[in-house]
This record gives sequence, C-alpha cells and structure tokens, in this order.
Amino acid sequence: MTVQLDARPPVAPTAGQPRRSSGRLSRLDTRFSPYLFIAPFFLIFGVFGAYPLAYTFWVSLHDWDLLGTDHPFVGAENYTRLLADADFWHALVNTMGIFVISTVPQLLAALWLANLLNRGLRARTGWRMAVLVPNVTSTAAVAIVFGVLFGREFGMINWLLDLVGMDAIDWKSNRIASWVAISAMVDWRWTGYNALILLAAMQAIPRDLYEAAAIDGASRARQFWSVTVPLLKPTIIFCTIIATIGGLQLFTEPRMFNSGTNPIRGGPLRESQTLTMYMFENAFAPHYNFGYGSAVAWLLFALIAIVAAVNVLILRRLGGGAGPRKGATR
Amino acid sequence: MSRLWRASPLTYLALIFAAVLSIFPIWWMFVIASRSNDAMGQLPPPVTPGGNLGANIARLFDNTDAYFLTGLINSTIVATTVTVSVVFFSSLAGFAFAKLRFRGRNALLLVIIATMMVPTQLGVIPLYLLMTKLQWNDRLPAVIVPVLVTGFGVFMMRQYAGQAISDELIEAARMDGCGTPRIWWHVVLPALRPAAAVLGLLTFMTTWNDFLWPYAVLNDPANPTVQLSLRALSDGYYQDMSQVFTGTAIATLPLLLVFVLFGRQIIGGIMEGAVKA
Repeated sequence: MTVQLDARPPVAPTAGQPRRSSGRLSRLDTRFSPYLFIAPFFLIFGVFGAYPLAYTFWVSLHDWDLLGTDHPFVGAENYTRLLADADFWHALVNTMGIFVISTVPQLLAALWLANLLNRGLRARTGWRMAVLVPNVTSTAAVAIVFGVLFGREFGMINWLLDLVGMDAIDWKSNRIASWVAISAMVDWRWTGYNALILLAAMQAIPRDLYEAAAIDGASRARQFWSVTVPLLKPTIIFCTIIATIGGLQLFTEPRMFNSGTNPIRGGPLRESQTLTMYMFENAFAPHYNFGYGSAVAWLLFALIAIVAAVNVLILRRLGGGAGPRKGATR
Repeated sequence: MSRLWRASPLTYLALIFAAVLSIFPIWWMFVIASRSNDAMGQLPPPVTPGGNLGANIARLFDNTDAYFLTGLINSTIVATTVTVSVVFFSSLAGFAFAKLRFRGRNALLLVIIATMMVPTQLGVIPLYLLMTKLQWNDRLPAVIVPVLVTGFGVFMMRQYAGQAISDELIEAARMDGCGTPRIWWHVVLPALRPAAAVLGLLTFMTTWNDFLWPYAVLNDPANPTVQLSLRALSDGYYQDMSQVFTGTAIATLPLLLVFVLFGRQIIGGIMEGAVKA
C-alpha cells in the first residue's frame, strides 16, 4: 500500500512541485522586482543628493569650520550674521540683477526664434542645430571666450561699439556692465534651447484655431499674441521655472569671467559675485566656514522657491488677460 | 503639419542672423586657437584660422600648471562611467515606474519629479564633508559616485517606456515563464534603445561640462577634470591666450563631435521631452 501510494505520487509531484515553486518565485518576483529596480536610484540619491541637502540645514546651525574639532551649536546665529552682512546683500543684488537682465530678453528672444522656426523651412534640422549648438558647448570654455570678447582694450564688443561711435565700456570693473556681459553668456547658451522647447509646444497647437482666427480677421501678429502665446502659457511657465532655478544658482559663467588673484570674489569690488560664488568663498577656500556657507545655501534655496512662486503668479496673472478676449470672440 | 506660414526671405535673414550669433563665438575660439598671440591685439579682429595650431597644442600639453592631458583622460573616464551608469539605472527604474505595479508607485514617482526641481547642488557643503570622511577628496570617485543616478534620467525613460512597450508583450513574456529581470533584458532594453541613446548623449555632455562640484572637491591641481584644467589655464598669471583658447577648443571638441553626429536625436529628445513634461 504504502509502496503503492509512494509509487504513484512521484510522477505528479515532479511535475507539480517545480510549478509550485516557480509560482512562488514568480509571486516573489512580481512583488519585489519593482523595488529592486528602483532601489539603486533611491539609495544613491538618498546618500549623495537628499541627505546633503537636509544636512546643510543642520550644519548651518553650527559654528563649523575646517580646523575646529568640535562644532558648537549656535542656533540661528549664522543667519542673523548673514542678514547683517553687506557682502551677502551685495551678492544677492548681483544675482537678481543678472537674473532679470538675462531671463527676460532670453525668453522673449526664444519666443521670437521659435516663431521663426515654426514655418516651412528648408534644411529644418540644420537651423535647429545652429540655434542649439551654444547649449552643447563647455560652459567654462565659453566663459573664457566671452571674457576676451568683452575685454576692455582689444575686446571685439568694444571694437564694434567704437565702429558705431560709442565709448568703450569697462565690462569687468563696471558693476552693471559686468552683469550685462554675464547675461549675454547665459542668453547665448540658453535662448536656442528654450526656443526648441517652445517650438515643440507651438507645433502641438491645432491648426484650426489659426484658421478660425484668420476668418475673424486677425492679423498674423494678432494671431501670435492672441492664440499662440496664451496656449504656450504652461510651457512658458516651465521655461521660466527652469531659468529661475538655473539663473539664481549661476556660478560657472561669473566665476570664469573673472580671473586674476581672487576670482571667487567676482572682481576687486565684488562687481559680479553671485550668491553661489559667495557661498563658495565662505564654505571653501579661503575661509572654510562650513556653517556660514550652509546658511548662504539655505537662504539661496529659499530665494529660489520664492522667486519661482512669484514668477508663476505673475505669469498666471498676465494670462488672466486672455479671459475677456476669449469672451469677446464669442 | 501646423507649420502654417511660408518662410519669407525675411525669415531666412533673421535666422541667418541668429545662426551667426550662435556659431561665431565657437568659430572664433578655433580661430584664436590656431593663431599666435599677436592675433589678440589685432583690430579688426582676425576671423580666419591661422597656422599655429600645432605649436599651441604643443605648448598646452607642455604646460606643467594645467595638467591638460590628465584632465582630458579624467574627464573621459568620469563622463563615460557616469553615462553608462545613468542609462543602466534609469532604464531599470523607468521601466518599473512605467510598466510594473507596486505599492507607493505614484508617490515615489512624485519624489523623482521633485528631485528634478530641487537645486541639489546646494548640498555641496555636506557632500564635501562626506567625501572627506570617505577620503575621496581629490579623487575621481568623488565626482563620479554622486551623479551615478539622475531623476531626469529615470523620468525620461519612464515617459518613453510608457509608450514604447506594450503591456501585451510583457504579459506574453511572463506567460512564457520569463521573470522580470529577463523581461527587462530581452524585451524592455531593446525597445528603450532610442531613448537610451539620447539620454546617454545628454548625460555625457552634462558630465563633461560639469564645473561646480569638481571645482569644490578636486583641489589637487595635478588631478583635474578638463574643465578645471581650463580654470588653471585662465587663472594663470601668464596671458598666453592662444594657448588658453587651444585648451578651450580641445575641451569643446568632443561635445561638438557628439552634436554633429547625433544632433537630430538630441533635438528630438529635447522637443519630445518638452511636450510630455
């Protein structure tokens, strides 16, 4: 009996057992594989991205420098000192100045360029590559080149100004002029990139909207401002947020624009020192004051959040002007 | 399709103007790189290449302050490693977010999107302290490991995987007894190849270009990335500009090469990403 009973099952279990275990395996697989697949990102990002960002705040509450062995807790002292620090406010004004001078023309030019590219062009890809090529160049390299183009004695820009009868400008020692030169670098790199993003959004606008507008007698300029621009609003907001995040953290361009003895200060009188440069000056060479530098980092972070939010609000408000117009077409 | 308007001669004129503005600084960089230092003082400035490129390159590689060759080799190592890693991990995670069901998927995806919006480079100070603890200061792991994954990469692959891979295909592979890793290898990875290529190109260029973090953590002048070599060149007390420009031209060349070869794909990637984002 037992032999018989034992003799019968061997066929079935050998077929059934692997199936059962593979069933369990596959249940384990479907349950845990997703986590396995996303784990590398969260592990690496957690350690080298999220943790440092949060820890910056902790460091900013301490008197923490390279040489000291203990880091006494000082509460908000770094922040109160910072808010009374004229160099901090100076760098803040520089950063905002460069940001405004660069971003507004950049987005307008990108809109104009996208509108040009959104036509039946010969050699379409060629034109797109031509406007995008600044974006793929090395930032440090281009900053050096622009530093020479904006040179005082033999710079090409001053030479061109001279040709049209204008006085030479000292682009490095004049504060506003240095902002303009740095903005030119930023715009040179990012206008084409933004133009392509706006172009992609323009191509998604249904054609019959323009036909309807044309029947209503809208000119091409009118169509652009009343149809294209309002429909591009989400994309314009996207571009503005990206420009805000990048623009307020500006570092490589102003750092490389300045050379000489103490370039991290952005010139002898800190003409073009941005907040990120100021953070570096304090946190790394020459001061190595990690606590103070971290406080700069957090205030910069707050500034980015505030400016991004304000930009979104302003753009929403501007778009609100489309409301009555929509009513009018009815 | 929605290119409604014909391009007028005026359109082309405006585009030529924009293209000249775009290309001129790059062109001029190569002009100065191929001339002697006299070119810097000439007005009107020269706009055609000269015959001094070889001599400038020789001077550049002989310069004992810039460590330019080391910089080139280091940047190649760093950019290649980071590119392979970002593409690999992004295609894993992107596939999981697009096609697999698991608890917390949407919340975790939101975290990924948030990482794209948060300026993580503001964490450089603790990152620097961390590197000191790991004793990675002045060494290449310091600039490789923190960027082995990017939220942008995961998001991009997730968007592409969502439309490029059909659920039926995955289901069929499961019926044939494929586990998820094998499905990823045999079904997903081949389908993701176009997006992986674009992500790889963008990652390579970004990493090659990276300046801020290497500047903070690689303080040994003898072990720079190529961008740091440029800084050493431009901060130098001598003003041998044709040598400096030769450096900038060589540092830019790999990027231009990638762009000339794959510009169409890069443009496609940027524009598609824009519509979906």
